[in-house]
Amino acid sequence: MSEQIIEKIETLEKKRDREKKEKEHVKTSVVLKVFRANRSAGENPHFDSIEVPVQRWTTVLDALLHAKQYKDSSIGIRYSCRMASCGSCGMKINGIPRLACYTKVSELEGSTITVEPLANFPHLRDLVTDFTQFFAHHKEMKPYVRNDDSDMKQTDSLTEYVQSPEDLDRFLQFSYCIKCGLCYSACPTVATDTKFPGPQALSQAYRYFSDNRDTATKERMDIVDDKHGIWRCHFAGSCSSVCPKGVDPALGIQLLRGHLLGFSRNEKKIAEKQERLKRD
Amino acid sequence: MKIHYVTGLGALFVVAVHIMMRLIMPYELSLEYENVIANYHNIPYVILLESILVLIAIHGFNGLRVILLELRQSKAWEDGVTILTIAAMMGIVAYGTRTIIIANGLGFE
Amino acid sequence: MEKLSDRNNREGIKGWLNPSRYGWERVSYWLQRLTGVGLLAYFVAHIFETSSLTQGPDAWAAMLELTQTPLGHLILLLVIGMSTFHSVNGIRLIFTQGGKGLGNPGRPDYPYDAVSLNYRQKSGIWIALILAGVAMLYGASVLFGGE
Ligand code: HEM
Ligand code: SF4
Ligand code: FES
Repeated sequence: MSEQIIEKIETLEKKRDREKKEKEHVKTSVVLKVFRANRSAGENPHFDSIEVPVQRWTTVLDALLHAKQYKDSSIGIRYSCRMASCGSCGMKINGIPRLACYTKVSELEGSTITVEPLANFPHLRDLVTDFTQFFAHHKEMKPYVRNDDSDMKQTDSLTEYVQSPEDLDRFLQFSYCIKCGLCYSACPTVATDTKFPGPQALSQAYRYFSDNRDTATKERMDIVDDKHGIWRCHFAGSCSSVCPKGVDPALGIQLLRGHLLGFSRNEKKIAEKQERLKRD
Repeated sequence: MKIHYVTGLGALFVVAVHIMMRLIMPYELSLEYENVIANYHNIPYVILLESILVLIAIHGFNGLRVILLELRQSKAWEDGVTILTIAAMMGIVAYGTRTIIIANGLGFE
Repeated sequence: MEKLSDRNNREGIKGWLNPSRYGWERVSYWLQRLTGVGLLAYFVAHIFETSSLTQGPDAWAAMLELTQTPLGHLILLLVIGMSTFHSVNGIRLIFTQGGKGLGNPGRPDYPYDAVSLNYRQKSGIWIALILAGVAMLYGASVLFGGE
């Protein structure tokens, strides 16, 4: 009974959400309120208002590039792919971390769009932030498959790793991360804790942890089992609500913590055991 | 953090019993001196009170420690926070235990 | 000279308090914090309150006079609400943070709704809020019920 009520609420809310998202706020021009400051020159931040013409399909990045091209060429932005693949153009748009190239002007209410640099990243200039620490946290997780059983030098004994679609599904969504840092910017723990790896890094730890080609299970657990590690996540869910690629970092973090708490079985270990039983 | 989950669940159980005790008789009556002192003579109830004291002190001050740890990350701050919250935890447990022991020794007048 | 903290550009405590809308899970996060700290304050005060027992019936009566007032009852009512929310939501969080009730990873598809932000989780938060309200009503009937 209650399940049905929950489902009903869910469909209703999702429908409302989708309608809100799909509702076009038609406009022919917007005012971009752009956060400006060159930190290394010691400038104090201020906002520049720039009016740009827009069309139905204009993204915030398009609008910014228009402003840069025709109004003020000194605006600092970082972008590359313009298609939500490279993860360069993350910024706070109307207060929420989003990809500029993935946010259409027509989905935003009002005729003023405020763009600011991502919070929780050191600010460099205008909309550009420094990702050094963010990437360092990612690297701490040793983000590559490690397999002690394989010996790359003995090429004649190399075999391919067999993975079933189910094995793949276990980590696939986490591997879609483009390191855009939106989750890192939304996370309340990252907002104060400089040692916390953040949702991106922790969900990558789970991505390799749950990959059945990877054998560094124990080591991965040890990396995140730290005073400022995975325990500093309190499931505020904000990372997953801003992630533009459906990575759902909060899910990865909780699943990984389930293993640390001993709530969850380790499929890899079970598979290994079955393998051994077969062999014996 | 495991300790936080365990003490949280433990606290839930003992606090539920503790509140029930306020409600099995009229609320005002349950607070009368004689009745309260009588509680402290009831050994199972004393054990309950002591476990509430310990569980909630651990859970609460560990929670505070977590909040403060996330606030600032220097060695001095982290060590200070840990020492202070553990000291406060022990202080509260000691003070509460003192009440329980003395009240247990008090007679009815 | 720029300050280091300035360059770092972290949101600070302001970031805990949900300056922009991130959804129910964020509300749950800071309510759990707020009620946790509130309950801790009450707990300490409560230990102090009951310690007056050791000074005999008069001290106890004096303390009751101080606390069993409309204001005291109002605070107690708040504590009832806070503890109900904190406990119910706390139980949900223990499961959630252990990876239970979140759903399974799959193949993300547009519009990329995160499975972990599902309605079982959200309704858990709502139930905690509703139960806190009910507990406060019941508490009010006991505390202010007269007799
Ligand atoms: C009665 C049952 C209780 C349960 C099941 C419970 C459970 C929890 C849980 C699951 C958390 C969240 C930890 C996290 O987000 O990682 C928490 C936090 C906390 N609790 Fe409790 N708790 C209970 C009672 C109490 C009481 C009575 C106090 C007051 C002394 C208290 C004080 C705190 C504090 C200060 C926090 C820290 C908040 C934070 O880290 O965000 N809790 N509790
Ligand atoms: S998890 Fe999502 S929001 Fe976070 S860095 Fe990866 S793609 Fe961006
Ligand atoms: S420009 Fe590449 S993600 Fe936006």
